[in-house]
Amino acid sequence: MAGSNTSDAFVVFDRVQKSYDGETLVVKDLNLSMPKGEFLTMLGPSGSGKTTCLMMLAGFETATHGEILLDGRPINNIPPHKRGIGMVFQNYALFPHMTIAENLSFPLEVRGMDKSVREEKIKRALDMVQMGQFGNRRPAQLSGGQQQRVALARALVFEPELVLMDEPLGALDKQLREHMQFEITRLAHDLGITVVYVTHDQTEALTMSDRVAVFNDGVIQQLAPPAELYEAPKNSFVAQFIGENNTLEGVVTEISNDKCVVKLDDGELIDARPVNVTKVGERTRVSIRPERVEMNKARLQPGAHTLKATVCEFIYMGDIFRTRLSVAGNDDFIIKTRNAPDAVRLQPGTEIEIGWLPQDCRALDA
Amino acid sequence: MSDTILRTADGKPLKAALQRASAVARRRAFWLVLPLLAFVVITFVVPIGQMLSRSVTNDAFSANMPQLVAWFEANPEGTEPDEAAFAALAADLTNAAAERTIGSVATRINYDVSGTRSLFTSAGRKAKKLEAPFKESVVAMDPKWGEPIVWAAMRNASAKLTTSFYQAAMDRKLSAKGVFEKAPGDLQVYLKLFGRTLALSAVVTFLCLLLGYPVAHLLASLPMSKSSLLMILVLLPFWTSLLVRTTSWMVLLQEQGILNNTLVGLGIISDENRFALMYNQAGTIIAMTHILLPFMILPLYSVMKTIPVSYTRAARSLGATSWTTFRRIYVPQTVPGIGAGGILVFILAVGYYITPALVGGATGTLISNQIAFHMQDSLNWSLAAALAAMLLGAVLALYWVYDRLVGIDNMKLG
Ligand SMILES: Nc1ncnc2c1ncn2[C@@H]1O[C@H](COP(=O)(O)OP(=O)(O)OP(=O)(O)O)[C@@H](O)[C@H]1O
Ligand SMILES: [Mg+2]
Repeated sequence: MAGSNTSDAFVVFDRVQKSYDGETLVVKDLNLSMPKGEFLTMLGPSGSGKTTCLMMLAGFETATHGEILLDGRPINNIPPHKRGIGMVFQNYALFPHMTIAENLSFPLEVRGMDKSVREEKIKRALDMVQMGQFGNRRPAQLSGGQQQRVALARALVFEPELVLMDEPLGALDKQLREHMQFEITRLAHDLGITVVYVTHDQTEALTMSDRVAVFNDGVIQQLAPPAELYEAPKNSFVAQFIGENNTLEGVVTEISNDKCVVKLDDGELIDARPVNVTKVGERTRVSIRPERVEMNKARLQPGAHTLKATVCEFIYMGDIFRTRLSVAGNDDFIIKTRNAPDAVRLQPGTEIEIGWLPQDCRALDA
Repeated sequence: MSDTILRTADGKPLKAALQRASAVARRRAFWLVLPLLAFVVITFVVPIGQMLSRSVTNDAFSANMPQLVAWFEANPEGTEPDEAAFAALAADLTNAAAERTIGSVATRINYDVSGTRSLFTSAGRKAKKLEAPFKESVVAMDPKWGEPIVWAAMRNASAKLTTSFYQAAMDRKLSAKGVFEKAPGDLQVYLKLFGRTLALSAVVTFLCLLLGYPVAHLLASLPMSKSSLLMILVLLPFWTSLLVRTTSWMVLLQEQGILNNTLVGLGIISDENRFALMYNQAGTIIAMTHILLPFMILPLYSVMKTIPVSYTRAARSLGATSWTTFRRIYVPQTVPGIGAGGILVFILAVGYYITPALVGGATGTLISNQIAFHMQDSLNWSLAAALAAMLLGAVLALYWVYDRLVGIDNMKLG
């Protein structure tokens, strides 16, 4: 999936930069290449430049520098209506003065299709999103989720090869959102379309995508499949941004190829896997996922490092327990334990010992 | 049945309880709007009602000629005026002359049959000397008294309610048979003027839309700092006196004005072929379009500002050219603004007075100038009222048509 070979790439961003005001770069040196059929998600905090990238691809903004290629052709000079890119907007942008069927008919009419062909395609597209019986309604007469489906159907009805979606599920409640996540991935897969999806919801990104591009400050911090992103974050921004994460700060005292020793700020020495630290004496943030921390000594593997910890807070969450600990001067160290029959419910103030495997503990940039 | 009525906890019907609860709030709200209500009633409803009633009632004749009125009531239409009628006429004329009301009686009849004013005033002077048989002596005084049209006019004027001012406003004249008939072509004034008023207003409205639409769009899409500057430019005319603006157009466009002088100076037109842009319809159209333009721009702007850019973007991404996007996506969404601006400008234009009076010349004046003439110069207030009422009716009819076609709640004024 993660083929970044430019020859078979469908969408390519080549050293793209964008500035709105000539003073700050909103997108800095973006390089990205997507094969046909990929579902790629741009994930990042607000203002990180995701929408800007999408708008450049759709043709509503021009790149200040660099080139964007679609199917091998540079698109900088192709006007938006000739790019043949389907787009789903955050507020759906269904035309309020047209019925649902007319909304879907619009892209077909401007392509000069016959009435019978149009009707056939509209029916198929509406059925695809289970909105077949709503063709005569106006957008204002539909619920948010229904409007969302129609927007999706409208973006797909003219059979584009590339579809862009800018936070399409942002306005929906949790259940509907999860349902639509599933629907969108299913449709994208069934139709074999290439999708660029923008969100700032990390679960959405992880569950839907083939690859996720994590944006921060106009730069792609990491571009990887979801599992890799979660389990092997390349820097501390990605580690912090994706999922829950514990960090301990310290200095590298020893370093070899796949192992390093970090002296934490309270003097404790721990083993970790070096990711983007290179030399002794460098400051580092050590990152450990909460579910990789073990407090049951019996279950710790030999060689696992142990540390003393004080329980600060115990939170019952049903399926799991979330316990906040004070570890090596960090009062915000979270561990998660499964609500198993033998699980202990820790009282605040209890002193315990925790441990983890050195390979789960990643030394990242400070 | 009583089981289905919702009741409060202590058993009172819910609706009554609700009404009582909100009555206090409503009463307080009423006191707040009372000053405005009083203001509107005193300055608007009452004078307009007065004015409108004047268009159908004019008692200048009926109040001052009681005996003749009584005779008209006793004898149906078509009765030849007999001796009793002439006796009543003579008595009334004597009375009216004594009470010095003969002038208004004369004026009233003169409205319907022009050239009869002196007939009444001179008869008033001689009436005291009239003796029986009155028929002969009155007709001997002036043979016109025997003419059926004079009697038809007097019968018509003796009624409590009269349509003669509306008939006059529609260019219909009283005939000898006592009915109103269409006046000959060269005497038709008002209908032509109504037609011209509506046509010119439509042209002005259309020009305002043509000029205002792009400006409003620019206002709505420019960044804040630039759009506020443009907005000031749009509003600037509002802060300048109407007279100043109109007279500036006169300075600019008259035959010896700046524009013509420049064109002649540059040799583009010869001295004999100066453009006649003032004191005619062109002048009225130019000046009124300029003055009414903000009333088109502002409603359009307020509608356009609420249209998110994502609609046009969506249309473009769906494959529409910018022209198709404009025509099929953008314009339909600005219809409420077009409607509001159009109605506003049209209604203002239909009643416009000062500008056409100053720059309209002979061909560019509107019905309101004629109304003003009857109010101030000819003092035929009833005719002015009838013309004004017809104008009001036309505007209301337009409003009704608009409501049927577009819907009033689709209109957005700001
Ligand atoms: N039209 C514009 N003119 C000037 N600056 C802009 C414009 N659009 C966006 N920006 C700026 O560019 C930066 C990136 O904006 P962008 O909309 O791409 O962020 P985003 O990642 O989509 O954020 P969000 O998740 O909040 O939608 C922001 O700092 C924003 O202020
Ligand atoms: Mg965005």
